Amino acid sequence: MLKEFEFVGLLGAITFTIPFVTLLLAWLLRPKKPNPAKQETYESGVQTIGDTWVRFKAQYYIYALIFVVFDIEAVFLFPFAVALNQLPLYALVWAIVFILLLFDGLLYAWRKGALHWT
Amino acid sequence: MQGVIDFLVSLNIPYVNASVARYIVLQVLAAIVAVAAPAGLIILTWLERKIIARIQDRLGPNRAGPFGLLQAIADMVKMFTKEDITPAKADRLVYNIAPGLGMFAAIMAFAVIPFAPGFAGTQMNVGLLYIVAIGGLGTLAILMAGWASNNKYALLGAFRAVAMLLTYEIPMVMTLVMVAVVAGSMSMVDVVEAQSGMWFVVSMPVAFLIFFLSGVAEVGRSPFDLVEAESEIIAGFHTEYSGIKFGMIMIAEYVHMFALSFFTAVLFLGGWQIPFIDVAALPAPFAAILGLISLLVKVFFFVFVMMWLRGTLPRFRIDHLLDFGWKFLVPLTLVLLIGVAFVIRLFAPGSSVGIPVAAGPLSGLGMPGQVVALLVTNLLVLGLALVVVSSAARRTRSKALRAVSAVDSPVPTAGK
Amino acid sequence: MPSNFDPSQIPLVPIVFWIMTLFTVGGAIGVVSSKKLFHSGLYLVLSFFGVAGYYVLLSAGFMAVVQLMVYVGAIAILILFAVMFSRRPMAAESQANRQWWLGLPLMLVLFVVLVVTVGSVAWPVSGAEPTADTVQQLGVAFLGSYLIPFEVVSVLLSVALIGAIILARGKVEGEETN
Repeated sequence: MLKEFEFVGLLGAITFTIPFVTLLLAWLLRPKKPNPAKQETYESGVQTIGDTWVRFKAQYYIYALIFVVFDIEAVFLFPFAVALNQLPLYALVWAIVFILLLFDGLLYAWRKGALHWT
Repeated sequence: MQGVIDFLVSLNIPYVNASVARYIVLQVLAAIVAVAAPAGLIILTWLERKIIARIQDRLGPNRAGPFGLLQAIADMVKMFTKEDITPAKADRLVYNIAPGLGMFAAIMAFAVIPFAPGFAGTQMNVGLLYIVAIGGLGTLAILMAGWASNNKYALLGAFRAVAMLLTYEIPMVMTLVMVAVVAGSMSMVDVVEAQSGMWFVVSMPVAFLIFFLSGVAEVGRSPFDLVEAESEIIAGFHTEYSGIKFGMIMIAEYVHMFALSFFTAVLFLGGWQIPFIDVAALPAPFAAILGLISLLVKVFFFVFVMMWLRGTLPRFRIDHLLDFGWKFLVPLTLVLLIGVAFVIRLFAPGSSVGIPVAAGPLSGLGMPGQVVALLVTNLLVLGLALVVVSSAARRTRSKALRAVSAVDSPVPTAGK
Repeated sequence: MPSNFDPSQIPLVPIVFWIMTLFTVGGAIGVVSSKKLFHSGLYLVLSFFGVAGYYVLLSAGFMAVVQLMVYVGAIAILILFAVMFSRRPMAAESQANRQWWLGLPLMLVLFVVLVVTVGSVAWPVSGAEPTADTVQQLGVAFLGSYLIPFEVVSVLLSVALIGAIILARGKVEGEETN
């Protein structure tokens, strides 16, 4: 199995250097004239007030949470998917139970308004 | 590819034996991929600007070089020579790493694609999952970019972008599970071989549509482009990026778009296959060249479709996007997955290797029967979903109409 | 170079192993010693990459990709969201600890205990070659001898989902009443 990942490693090694080379090339070619006015945070031309902090909107976190759950469900579905032809017919029923249980969770989230972007 | 390795060995260069030759060939292939992917950017930006321009009834760039072909080179020169303005309170390390990480993730996605029969860099037997994992890395890069800029708008833009990306990753992964079910394997090479009977776009059109749609959302292209929309939150997560770093973010986006076209072509349109011709059976150089050309035709078709979408459709609102993703696409793909798994198991040929399993009841109908059954299942599930959605919409509309008319109609006053 | 030098005999596995160790241990050290919380999160991602590399070395390609997909693609993003929502996220805090005279001996004792325990277990290692169809075997196992744990996982995930929504929505409703 290590053999399969050799190409990934080789491509990764080359791809890893590309951003560095690009940045180096740009550093050599560009002018350097830093100026405090240029380096201010951009806020449509006005001065910024206070720290950079966005109001906590729980909705973002809930989306990430539901995503984690469904991601793990997909991880369990992949072995089932490739082994489908070697399994007896009733195993399919069990997999459908698996999917439906999580579908149930999604429906709960929906009814409780967890999927509603306020 | 084995032929190239044998040829290298036969040259009898000192220190080069079979496994070293294999490394050299793989290294050269990796170098070609790593350079071609960003280089394709040059073609892609030219195509995009010309196609969008024609859709908008104007000419597009035609000054730099014949037909404006050197426009991308001019843009690249501009990017390299622009001053790099780093905001004062930005987190320097993360600010500099984020665009590079985005580019890295986009180019690494090409590691598993079979370009021609026998010409895949790797026969990784978890190729489908690898695609998803690399997409997750890109999401991380966006989060880093938005954070490091120390700018409220960039942060907000990054949150919204990541929320959308997470939402649309689930239908995409579920359609990949469907492809794995039908192909019986998670390896991209096996998926291409499994389509030698019938391309998956014919037997699973709805899965193809969902995959392509979710993919377009993942890349952040219009009509899902609230990520980089010019009039929304200034410029989203890359507000504070200028010059070459902005260029790198753009490269990452275009390469990602390119990669998505490759995936769709390989997973649903048969990759390097040509209808009615058995490409793998042709002699070695012809098979590779023909297969590659066939793949590139399909890839550029999808690139064109994405640009067409961009020029035609207005942008979606974020709450519409997220509702569509969670409340329509995710349940739809789950139900579709159940249906596809059912059909495939019914049509499965029995196996006597390992665990002896009886054949599925309908396996006598063979491959054409399976294709027809899959197609019927797809269309049925889609029809069912549309019926449910339209009846729900009708209910909402009639409720709203009743509410409006109750306000408008005169209330009978007492004592008249 | 000597004439019997065979480039294919360069031991690749130890090199990759030590690089992955660098990622994992270096990332872990970065998590606890970094002054900025966001950087700690990113060092954690580096650590996850190292673990994925270990899985590849152990011929568990599926686990490696799952590690990347779930940990880097989902859980790291969750952690970073939590970090970014905290009140003073850009502040740099010193990581020095005033009770190091108590912590250091305890840490050394714990380290020795762990190393001795792990080293003295007779791990059931088989010399067999890993087969090529590990994912198929996993699938057959999930729906065969490990069916109950498979279904329990689904229940566990649903419970986690429902619980998280109750907790998170409770906070949102609390804010909305303000």
